[in-house]
Amino acid sequence: MSSVPHPLAPELRAVSGRDLAGLLLSLIIVAAPHAARTPWWLTGLVLALYGWRALLALLRAPLPPRWLLLLLGAAAMAGIWAEYHMLFGRTPGIVLLTVFSGLKLLEMRTHRDAMVIALLCFVLIITNFFYSQSIPAALAMCVALLVIVTTMVGFNAPRRPPRANLRTAGLLLAHSVPAALVLFLLFPRVQGPLWGLPQDAYAGITGLSDTMSPGTLARLAISDTIAFRAEFQDKPPPPRLRYWRGPVLWDFDGRTWRMGATEIAPFKAPTGGDARYRYSVVLEPHNRDWLFALETAASLPQDARFTADGQIVARRAVRERRRYDLISIADPAPEPRADPATLRRALRLPQDFNPRATALADEWRRDSGSDAQVLALAIDWLRVSHIVYTLEPPLLGRDSIDEFLFDSKAGFCEHFSSAFVFLMRAAGVPARVVTGYQGGDLNPVDNIITVRQSDAHAWAEVYLRGRGWLRVDPTAAAVPSRIESGLARAMPEGASLPLLMRPELRWLRPLRYNWEAITHKWNVWVLGYDPQRQRDLMAFVGIRDADWRNLTAALFIILGILMTLLVAWSLRRLTRPDPVQRAWVRFCRKLGARGVERAACEGPRDFSERAARSLPRARAAIGRIGELYLALRYGADAPPAKIDELRRLVRELRVT
Amino acid sequence: MIRNPLARPGFANWLYGFTPPERGAVVLSHRRVYIVPTRLGWLFGATLAILLIGSINYAISLGFALTFLLAGVGLAAMVHTARNLARMSVSVGRAEPVYAGESAQFRLYLDGHSQFERPAILVRHLACGTQLVIDVPPATSAEVVLALPAARRGWLRLGRVMLETRFPLGLFRAWSYVEPEARCLVYPRPERSAMPPMSADSGTGAGPARASGNDDFSGLRGYQLSDSPRHVAWKAVARSDDMLTKQFSGDAAADFWLDWQLLPARLDLEQRLSRLAGWVLSAERASARYGLRLPGVAIPPGHGDAHRAACLQALALFEAP
Repeated sequence: MSSVPHPLAPELRAVSGRDLAGLLLSLIIVAAPHAARTPWWLTGLVLALYGWRALLALLRAPLPPRWLLLLLGAAAMAGIWAEYHMLFGRTPGIVLLTVFSGLKLLEMRTHRDAMVIALLCFVLIITNFFYSQSIPAALAMCVALLVIVTTMVGFNAPRRPPRANLRTAGLLLAHSVPAALVLFLLFPRVQGPLWGLPQDAYAGITGLSDTMSPGTLARLAISDTIAFRAEFQDKPPPPRLRYWRGPVLWDFDGRTWRMGATEIAPFKAPTGGDARYRYSVVLEPHNRDWLFALETAASLPQDARFTADGQIVARRAVRERRRYDLISIADPAPEPRADPATLRRALRLPQDFNPRATALADEWRRDSGSDAQVLALAIDWLRVSHIVYTLEPPLLGRDSIDEFLFDSKAGFCEHFSSAFVFLMRAAGVPARVVTGYQGGDLNPVDNIITVRQSDAHAWAEVYLRGRGWLRVDPTAAAVPSRIESGLARAMPEGASLPLLMRPELRWLRPLRYNWEAITHKWNVWVLGYDPQRQRDLMAFVGIRDADWRNLTAALFIILGILMTLLVAWSLRRLTRPDPVQRAWVRFCRKLGARGVERAACEGPRDFSERAARSLPRARAAIGRIGELYLALRYGADAPPAKIDELRRLVRELRVT
Repeated sequence: MIRNPLARPGFANWLYGFTPPERGAVVLSHRRVYIVPTRLGWLFGATLAILLIGSINYAISLGFALTFLLAGVGLAAMVHTARNLARMSVSVGRAEPVYAGESAQFRLYLDGHSQFERPAILVRHLACGTQLVIDVPPATSAEVVLALPAARRGWLRLGRVMLETRFPLGLFRAWSYVEPEARCLVYPRPERSAMPPMSADSGTGAGPARASGNDDFSGLRGYQLSDSPRHVAWKAVARSDDMLTKQFSGDAAADFWLDWQLLPARLDLEQRLSRLAGWVLSAERASARYGLRLPGVAIPPGHGDAHRAACLQALALFEAP
């Protein structure tokens, strides 16, 4: 064999300006979302590398030497180490990949290198999904795929106009959709992770924490991020009942409330109550183990546990979107039993803090005969205290509760609940802080309540002998509108609120409701598609308890059918030779079988004349066939009657 | 070539789905289009594996969607690559005769029989590596001229031709072999030399040296030292490099024979044929009437392109190797 260079081998084909432009566009599309998350100098570095390569191509200048690129790579790694103190965490790893894409671009000469960069683009697309898997992110993926695939087609058809390559890429992607859908639904899903994840895998997830100090919730309240959605089967609860219970905080050090030790307890469903709510919650990942439930939960979700202070916790931190079903009842029958040790814990206070508040509590204790009276006095006091509800409270000093209650008189719900529980404990009434969410936005389109981080709330529970733990919301006592109509109404005008909560943007609401309804479906059906849903789907089509073998079998059968259809499509647009040509070929074959073969260079007239001479018995028919063929093939028109005659003559030709 | 079982013609014919040479238009049925992933195809597969593992590990739903879309693109690309060759027909045109040492120009017509174009198809002659990449437009055929070195006189067969494509993504390589019935006549390499001395034994007894009179111009013959300079055909000499002498005679006796017997005995077969071919060309250029006599072959004197072609063909195929 010869050792001639292969003109289709990618390592021998030089990258053209068009290829480079396509790759740069692809890289910019897939790397752009990372720009917002990386320090400016790294973004600048990557852009500089891209720009450098484009400039070299424009000037037709040689590419930089390899040692320079290695040096640049080492410098970038050092910079990333300085910035993040690690190299292979999630964020630094992604930054490193984008820097490498720029360096690889600077040593790209042939189509082989170009393909490596195209494949790198695919990996960069997936890195965006660590941060967002929303519908816009999916659309951005489709655009990026189209650009990258068009560029790849361009590598293999350099002389074709880009528009034709775009069409081919679109066709390829369209053809891939059925197979992708089948794979998505039927590919046996494994519950990850397969191995340990980088330390910062879940960095940047917002949500409640197990501590609360002044400012904790106020910071959350400016976030539009969705905490969870609850889909109610019947009528959803009214706003004043929408208390979503989360972590319960016991221990106070003068500034910060902490959860402390929690104790797992057997779940006992409460009884009685005014209304029962059946609903399912789709909880966004928050990297903690709490599952939020409408007060008071009357059932326990699968794979969850119950604590003695009424929290529902998952066995593992919630790191992917999780769906669970719940039943809750409003105002259940009291559960008066309590453990004495627990009650002692609910009275503990740090020494020598907040003397004025302690004095106020002592005064209430002296003036009342029972815990219930103390509680009533405290609520009355709050109601007339004229404390302002604000997202931007002034900074507080050592005796934070004194300063809040008597000096600044302005605070957010953590100030109210913290001060209230302090006062109760100081007055000898067992009390604790409960954090969670209050409210949520009911979407009339699909009956789903969306709870955002801005709905984060803290309230109090006090223990009254004979009645058990009772919810008291001191914020509601001081600022009733917060509970009735949400944060936006409770705030004074001009306060900075999350964009979607601003009253002047009310006209956007219907749009927003529809969008959120679509997003919910997306979350449940696309992002929430997990092994469980896969089994449900198989059960729906009649295969119970499907394991990976059933799934694989089904997958291969359907993929086989799809491939067959695709092959059928690919052959569909091939023209069959026209009937005249087919008849002629058949004629030549018949004569060839009798030894009269047509030479490659012999025209139809010469051939039919020669054949007529050598086969005198069929002379008339052969002559007529030659005549018809010439007329039909080279004549101006082809009347169907003549075509039929030709076909009939050829069919009936006997040359024996 | 390495000797392996694949090289056995019977097995190869079964494997490649045809028995060479093939007459008429060869249609690349799916039976004879092969397809395998390229190195880039395997790299693409490895990337998909990385994406899949990442998606499982981090439970990224859209990661699964991306991985599976790309897997679908890979499968579609395979079908598209095979389609780029499927049912294409290859036919050959006439190859004009050439002289040994030149290159034979084989014309191949690739007909897509399709409404879509078939870009970037490599046509490569397996034995000598002549190759080029063409785009076959929709609904018409594209012409490819494969230049093959014609080293020896005789019939030159086209031999096996490979058609290959990696369009659209370069992830798969589809190829097919064809061996259409096509041959090109290769004449002996003509040797430039003086025209033969006229021998007495030139056949009919009408040897030109003897019979020439001075009245009617009847043609040209090779110059001999004894010829008068007045009879040299200077115009013909200006056109070619051979010294030619005008012949004048009153009858057809001016025909002369290019005879095997006239060649020096020291020449071997190929050299003899080369010299004879050179003589044929000279004689034709000089508008002479000439005949060719080889052992067992005699072409009566004549003149013109067809006569020259017949003489050269006789030389090309004489005791053909």
